Amino acid sequence: MKRSIGSSAIAIGLGLALAVSMAACGNNDKDKDNTGASKGGGDTKADCAAYEQYGDLSGKSISVYTTFVDVEGASYEESFKPFEECTGAEIKYEGSKSLTADVLGRIEAGAVADIVAFPQPGLLQQAVATGKVLEAPGAVATNVDQYWTASWRDYGSVDGKLYAAPLGASVKSLVWYSPDAFAQAGYSVPETWDDLLALTSQIVEDGVAKPWCAGIADGDATGWVATDWVEDMVLRSAGPEVYDQWVSHVIPFNDAKIVGSLTEMSKILRDDKNVNAGIGDIKSIAATSWTDAGTPILDGQCFLHRQASFYGGNFADEGASVAEGGDVWAFYLPSNDPSRKPILGGGDFVAAFADRPEVVAFQTFLSSPEWANAKAKVTEGGWTTANNGLEKGNLKSPVDQLAFGLLSDPSAEFRFDGSDLMPASVGSDAFWKQMTAYFAEGKSEQAVADAIEAAWPK
Amino acid sequence: MDALLLHPTTIGGKLLLMVLAIALFALIMGLVLFMSQLPKRLPSWVTALIFLFPALALVCFGLIYPALVTIKNSFFDETSTGFVGVANFATVLTDAEFLTTLRNTLAWVVLVPLVSTGIGLIYAVLVDRAKVEKVAKTLIFMPMAISMVGASIIWKFVYDNRVGALSRLYVTVAGWFGVEDATAPQWLMDAPWNTFFLMVVMIWIQAGFAMTVLSASIKAIPDDIIEAGRLDGLTGVKLFRYVTVPMIRPSLVVVMTTVAMTALKAFDIVRTMQGGFYHASVVANDFYTESFNNHNKGVGAALAVLLFVIVVPVIAYNVNQLRKAEDIR
Amino acid sequence: MSGLAAPAESGIRGTGPGNGGRGARSGRPGGGDRAAAAKRRLTSPWASAIAVAIGLVWSVPTFGLLVTSFRGSVKDIRTTGWWEALNPSNWGGFSLDHYRTVLSGSGTANLADYFINSIVMTLPAVIIPIFLALLAAYAFAWLDFKGSNILFVGIFALQVVPIQVAMVPLLTQYVNLGLNASFWVLWLSHAMFGLPLAIFLLHNFMKDIPRSLVEAARVDGAGHVTIFFRIILPLMVPAIASFAIFQFLWVWNDLLVALAFGGNTPDLAPITARLADMAGSLGAKWHLLSAGAFVSMIVPVAVFLGLQRYFVRGLLAGSVKG
Repeated sequence: MKRSIGSSAIAIGLGLALAVSMAACGNNDKDKDNTGASKGGGDTKADCAAYEQYGDLSGKSISVYTTFVDVEGASYEESFKPFEECTGAEIKYEGSKSLTADVLGRIEAGAVADIVAFPQPGLLQQAVATGKVLEAPGAVATNVDQYWTASWRDYGSVDGKLYAAPLGASVKSLVWYSPDAFAQAGYSVPETWDDLLALTSQIVEDGVAKPWCAGIADGDATGWVATDWVEDMVLRSAGPEVYDQWVSHVIPFNDAKIVGSLTEMSKILRDDKNVNAGIGDIKSIAATSWTDAGTPILDGQCFLHRQASFYGGNFADEGASVAEGGDVWAFYLPSNDPSRKPILGGGDFVAAFADRPEVVAFQTFLSSPEWANAKAKVTEGGWTTANNGLEKGNLKSPVDQLAFGLLSDPSAEFRFDGSDLMPASVGSDAFWKQMTAYFAEGKSEQAVADAIEAAWPK
Repeated sequence: MDALLLHPTTIGGKLLLMVLAIALFALIMGLVLFMSQLPKRLPSWVTALIFLFPALALVCFGLIYPALVTIKNSFFDETSTGFVGVANFATVLTDAEFLTTLRNTLAWVVLVPLVSTGIGLIYAVLVDRAKVEKVAKTLIFMPMAISMVGASIIWKFVYDNRVGALSRLYVTVAGWFGVEDATAPQWLMDAPWNTFFLMVVMIWIQAGFAMTVLSASIKAIPDDIIEAGRLDGLTGVKLFRYVTVPMIRPSLVVVMTTVAMTALKAFDIVRTMQGGFYHASVVANDFYTESFNNHNKGVGAALAVLLFVIVVPVIAYNVNQLRKAEDIR
Repeated sequence: MSGLAAPAESGIRGTGPGNGGRGARSGRPGGGDRAAAAKRRLTSPWASAIAVAIGLVWSVPTFGLLVTSFRGSVKDIRTTGWWEALNPSNWGGFSLDHYRTVLSGSGTANLADYFINSIVMTLPAVIIPIFLALLAAYAFAWLDFKGSNILFVGIFALQVVPIQVAMVPLLTQYVNLGLNASFWVLWLSHAMFGLPLAIFLLHNFMKDIPRSLVEAARVDGAGHVTIFFRIILPLMVPAIASFAIFQFLWVWNDLLVALAFGGNTPDLAPITARLADMAGSLGAKWHLLSAGAFVSMIVPVAVFLGLQRYFVRGLLAGSVKG
């Protein structure tokens, strides 16, 4: 018996030792990475003049809770460094992809962080309804008024009171394409929606490859890509005013204008001639992961893919250069009305659950141009903001610069992702499910809209 | 003190706290045993209470109290502030899709335990005392050791239309029958079969559990009983049917019950693999969606209460088994 | 013993994993030729074929992931099946890159921290419920008290309570107690959630220990402590090992409890949290997840191999004879 204990202990011990040593050598590699990163971050350690307003916060700590993990999370932590170094405060960062599921429970239990970055205004509203979110302090409100447009302020407000300043942003009204493939085939970037439809028919006629590729699968969030498509279509075929009424349920979901927008979308996505490059039929759109959906552009299997600015990273993963003259680039999804330039986007909003001086100071810092620029400098790609105090040149990735250009374009009309504004049982449940059925089961536009309207909380 | 007992940050501190925690509970166990013997003649229920107290205290705190809160919440609105009577149950039960969800759930609770226990049992018997037993058992056990995230990727590479092994197999086999350019079905999209393909993943995981527990029971059957069976002329399948299975019957009940409970609660397979779309949802998945996605506590709680109700037949079966065992003793 | 040949209604009905006592008491010399018996078992080619088939079907999916984790090109993983990589002309495509990325990680904490967290989180979370469940199972199996059966069934039925319903009520209590975001809440939570199965499993094995053994000890004047340590505990080793391995797997692979009660910080979060993060904030990076899945699997498989010898032996039969 004794011997057997010994040898099994050895087996376990070996396993542990192996794993620990693997972890340990991983550790070495990481140190190398770190030196690289701190070199890049070195120039953010500028002068502390802009931070004097926050005073000396030595020994104080502020906890932050966001949805950003891994490389993204690290860039956030890096962007807080100047604040930590100049004020002496310590930031305790926690990033978790399960924030949207956990945050309301944490608020109820009294275990929530000082500062939370909400990825959806709808969730922020539910948090505000608990009465635990504090109204944004004066300095934050001043920053928001100075650096953001009124529509951004509205998305961070509930009943006219500002609770949360915007943080990052993304632009969703983009169509990815390969400049080389376009040049070879003699296509040009379309200026209007009708041009885009004409280009689609042209590509079908030329027959080299299918024009579009699309994919909406994302585990339990399957369908969100399709809701973005619908929102872009409503903005274009019905206009931003109707969009606002639709999102706030002033008009029903199955209003004729919304069904009309869906029908307009079907012209592209529900035609076997147009989709789904190298993958399959219309139904395959529902089964294809959104992360895989756009990459066939690189293989020349399709020409067009509508997806947000943050999709650039997926091309980069396959070794493609994402730039105006590179392997892949994006153009603005055009509308037919040349006088209007609606932009669909998303973003996060920072609310506070404590009003200690250091929390207020940090909250103010996050709404300042100092933070936006510090964040831009330490981010490789996939992040932008609507804070117009950001210097475009600080953004490292061309597509982030493109997105920032659209966000800060005075003629553009920004609208927030509608499914993030609708009640969760619609915006992240019925809307997703019905759009999935639209592709997978060929459900009619009217039936889809009727079913979503029926799910709207009474 | 805080750094020592609550929030150690160094590796040494964490390991020390770990040892302290284990020691603390060893002490509690020692205390319980010590108290059970203090006065010579305690009434038996007092002794029982002493033995049961630590476990009951934790279970009351961690499971019974939350379950009661849930039952209460099922009669309140989405933020648990206003009483709404049975409205949440009405919402759930009148949903057109709910009948499908219920049917799927029943399929999970019945088929997953039967099939995974069956396969686990057959395999345990077949590899028992074989030369390669350890390796063979590790193969079946492996799926249990893989995290849920890992399992969902593994099965993506089985079911995927382009890079999935099953899809490829389908196309190849279709080729043998002369069907050129066959396209494999979307395994996880076409109801009602998608529910079966999802159950396969659960069976794949749970067979390891069944195999491990049942193998332990098979090993515990004394050799002389097997020998006696042999002397009575039983071999092969008959020996299995009339000696092995009756001997490990209690373990079979344990395994089936446990797997049934797991299958009832499981939503992560459905969720991570296809989100509960395409009419493949189960009650536990709906519960999660309502509670943590839609943040509708009332309806979420009502679905959890329905889970408690569905389990009643399983409990009844076990009570019955327990009685029979008592009779024999 | 001729009754043994009869179907399930015979006297051996209802005996359990540990119930070798009756057979042993019959005085029949134990054993016979074990090796010969073993050989006879697998002589049927059908039996071997079925065993091999099950083994294959069960391991092919995992094997596919293993191959995938070594495929260097992200594009290949996305567009071609893993079996293509096995073609000798494609062998050049294999690389250790994904493992390197997974092990090096990025961000502020290194993988070793998370690894230690996993170990610190798992060991007490496995041992605590075993301690408490042994005591409870002893009471249910060997002490006659009113309501024993109802209480037992009640505890066993609690297995159905989904952990998710406990999260907010429990977190509220932890915050009140000031234990929030510490290892204590992870240990306690896992112990609570593991107890119903632990009690159920251990009781079912324990009640099959022959009554005569315990009675004989009582007649000799042994108290609960002696009976518990001298008779019950040695016979329970296989059952304890079975529960230990499953609780170990559950806790080691858990993400939910760790994130809900502990939070995703380098001080507390287990390796599963780190691996889940590795896929990035947006979407699934299968190449990294596949390598990560194997890294986190090493320890559970080592534990399984290590504990296996505890549940492969007919300990009970041996001890009765001895």
